Amino acid sequence: MRLDFAKKAVALGLGLALLAGCGGTEQAPDGPVELSFWAWAPDIDKVVDKWNADHPDVKVVVSKQAQGDDLVTKLLTSAKGGNPPDLAQVEFQALPTLVSNDVLADISEGAGAARDKFAPGIWDQVTLGGSGVYAVPQDSGPMMFYYRADLFEQYGLKVPTTWDEYAQTARDLRAKASDKFLGTFSSNDPGWFAGLVQQAGGSWWSVDGDAWKVSVDDAATRKVAGYWSGLVAEGVVDKSPMYTPEWNKALNDGTQIGWLSAVWAPGVLKGNAESTSGKWAMAPMPQWDASAPRTGNWGGSTTAVTSGSKKQKAATEFAVWLNTDPTAVEALVTESAIYPAATSAQEALTKPPAFFPNQPDFYTQAAKIAATSSGFTWGPNVNVTYTAYKNAMGEAITAGADLAPALTKMQTATVDDMKANGFTVSG
Amino acid sequence: MTSIRMSGRGGAAPKVAPYAFVAPAVVLFVLLFALPIGYTVYLSLFRTEVKGLGLGRGSRSEVFVGLDNYVRAITDAELGAGALRVLGYGAILVPTMLGLALVFALLLDEDRVRARGFSRIAIFLPYAIPGVIASLLWGFLYLPATSPFNQLLAELSLPGVNLLSPTGIYFALANIAVWGGVGYNMVVLYTALRSIPRDLYEAARIDGCSPWQVAVRIKIPLLAPALVLTSLFSIIATLQVFAEPMTLAPLTNSLSRTWTPLMKVYQDAFGRGDIYSAAATSVLIAVVMFAISFSLLRVTRSRAFGGER
Repeated sequence: MRLDFAKKAVALGLGLALLAGCGGTEQAPDGPVELSFWAWAPDIDKVVDKWNADHPDVKVVVSKQAQGDDLVTKLLTSAKGGNPPDLAQVEFQALPTLVSNDVLADISEGAGAARDKFAPGIWDQVTLGGSGVYAVPQDSGPMMFYYRADLFEQYGLKVPTTWDEYAQTARDLRAKASDKFLGTFSSNDPGWFAGLVQQAGGSWWSVDGDAWKVSVDDAATRKVAGYWSGLVAEGVVDKSPMYTPEWNKALNDGTQIGWLSAVWAPGVLKGNAESTSGKWAMAPMPQWDASAPRTGNWGGSTTAVTSGSKKQKAATEFAVWLNTDPTAVEALVTESAIYPAATSAQEALTKPPAFFPNQPDFYTQAAKIAATSSGFTWGPNVNVTYTAYKNAMGEAITAGADLAPALTKMQTATVDDMKANGFTVSG
Repeated sequence: MTSIRMSGRGGAAPKVAPYAFVAPAVVLFVLLFALPIGYTVYLSLFRTEVKGLGLGRGSRSEVFVGLDNYVRAITDAELGAGALRVLGYGAILVPTMLGLALVFALLLDEDRVRARGFSRIAIFLPYAIPGVIASLLWGFLYLPATSPFNQLLAELSLPGVNLLSPTGIYFALANIAVWGGVGYNMVVLYTALRSIPRDLYEAARIDGCSPWQVAVRIKIPLLAPALVLTSLFSIIATLQVFAEPMTLAPLTNSLSRTWTPLMKVYQDAFGRGDIYSAAATSVLIAVVMFAISFSLLRVTRSRAFGGER
């Protein structure tokens, strides 16, 4: 009897699995539409619940994914396999790669009207400078300087406003507490380095007619790399990668007393160094030219619709709602702790992040800093440049800290890959 | 029903049965092994060609390039360097792991040993832990700031060790593999030891052999086939090392994302989105692997399996 029951159960299970398999590919004409959404923003399912409550006919199902590069890899693979999700959270720098691989749909018809809700510099990143619209901007990541206010006071340090002052502060700190660092140069975070380069006015890709121009080792990038080579060689900043157990510990126990990061840092600090709540403060980035303050972007993401989706219209509607509807954006801020890309939503932020109760004007300052963001054009093989960064910078640091050869390697790797794929590369 | 009964008596039909029995294995082999390999070889002969800026629909097409991908893989300096690094890693790993496995197996085979069952399980247990998880655990132990070893050294006012330095990393990686692999190889060797007739030892003892001489002159020579087998498996596993360096890479400046050949394949396929050259490199690695396995078997066959022929 038991065996019979088990057999039936297995048969039923298989049957259901087959039915489910069919349901995924065919859309019932009048039943509710179901959209799959790959995202990593914390608690984004709670924001999506608000949509599902108001839209019984279009149900969005969130599937939690790993952040950044891993998701790009997964999207490329699933698209090649012919089974991508309907919607995905995509970082700005991954858009050209995904568009070039035909993973994302042009949603200008449904999302084009949303353009005036965003700053022009941000909107340009989702159009790739053309007439198509490949995603709706979700959040941006203007870079800022975070520091332990309590320890700065204890060691009598002043918040650096220029890069020269940053270097001097790093030295002063080492002189006063030889086991502490003002920051680290991370070979693991190309996005961080790209943000620093944007601030210095660098631009790694540009479009020249029908050809790409690649300048990963341009003067601005060389300036940034030279500056950090000096600090690393002098030993006044740490050279271990970020986002390791070691780094988390250093943030927690005050070994790292500063972090050049982005507007989303409070969320990371809360997760990695909860015990330091209320001890951090935020300031604008140190500047190359104090009279013309600028910043770069580290991260920032969008909601994109895939070209493999059979429900692009409904998916586009959701993507626009998620990033422009006032209740949705407010939920994104409170639930997922992102810094919204929509201009009106930035202005509506009044309460500081819970981790920064000591800085009530956090978002007022952040908005001012965000307004100084430099533009940047991303190329179609950012992943190649980023991998080259990780390999070459790691090697340069272990070999003795001159980072300039790493830039040459990044440039060569990027250009070689584009040429090998048949892109026209000029310059 | 009738046909089956008929087939029992008839002459032609029984020939169907063997095929029917073999069919499931053949079908699975074709579906899960031959077909993917065939597809990989097929892919390795193509690459994508981009038109203009490469943005927008239909700007990428697949073109046939013959053996181009193979030529590029063979002449790729990074792939060669990766292979050398793996050889260095293997030179540390394989002798250490098999040596320890052999010692443990011989010790457990001694009659005087106590807590045999417990020791066997304790040595074997790490094998049950997936490589990725083992690497995460060891990563915590290696990172200078979180390492309990370094804290201990600091207590004793000795200088700390950084196993994640460019040379230390070979030992750090080999250590993870030794930790995970000794148990498995020990069980294989131990099982082989148990199947050696006990009267051989008795005869040796009567002839005045010490336990040491029994181990060196009787047990180890009779273990040769098992040792060949375990070395072959270990060498193959070594050449395919992937999970451990991949997991440790984000923790240190010493490991590039293309540190081993398989990491390069992964990076090509999923980092650069170039499955074609990744396919070519995979085929190349497989061919090299076959060549190494067969030549090793050929060299050792006369010694190891001589008695069986």
